[in-house]
Amino acid sequence: MTIELSHFSAALLFAICASIVFGITQRNTARDMIRYGAYCFSLFIGGVIIASWVMWFIKH
Amino acid sequence: MANVQNTTALTAKGSAEAGSMTYIAPLAGWLLPGLGHLIQRRYLRGVLLMLAVFVMFFTGLAMQGKVYSFNTGDLLDILGFIGDVGAGALYFIARTMDWGIGNIHRAIADYGTKYIVVAGLLNVIAAVDAYHIAIGKKQ
Repeated sequence: MTIELSHFSAALLFAICASIVFGITQRNTARDMIRYGAYCFSLFIGGVIIASWVMWFIKH
Repeated sequence: MANVQNTTALTAKGSAEAGSMTYIAPLAGWLLPGLGHLIQRRYLRGVLLMLAVFVMFFTGLAMQGKVYSFNTGDLLDILGFIGDVGAGALYFIARTMDWGIGNIHRAIADYGTKYIVVAGLLNVIAAVDAYHIAIGKKQ
């Protein structure tokens, strides 16, 4: 079985999985885990969006 | 007097269990993602960790990513192998079943290779976390 993911959906799935692990392992309480996981997720996705705009400006 | 003896016996039993758990939890966590948390009754965390690592590993395989074998060649290949081995049993199953041959003609397959490596590295982080719970450094 093979799957075709776009660049963005691949980055999105990566961000979700990595954020779950980071959130659980790097904080002690459930509330902090959720907050840190969400923070990591937003940084991942924010980084992707910023990098994609930078590449767009370089190309144009 | 009897209560004191019972308490001492329970404490000794508890510390013996905690002592063995310091070895078992990280090993189990490495072998099967999330198991280190599950055997310490952190069920939700264990299931979420298992899900995250499984999804990354098998999505990587489905994207035709490469599973590295043991090698002494290029440094990046050696590091790739070390990252992959972090996935524990998933890695050995993939190697046994001949999954993860890779496909250099597809750009997305390179993403898949990275997914598989990162799944292994995340599993190592989860196993270390299971160890921290076992030694009481974390709840």
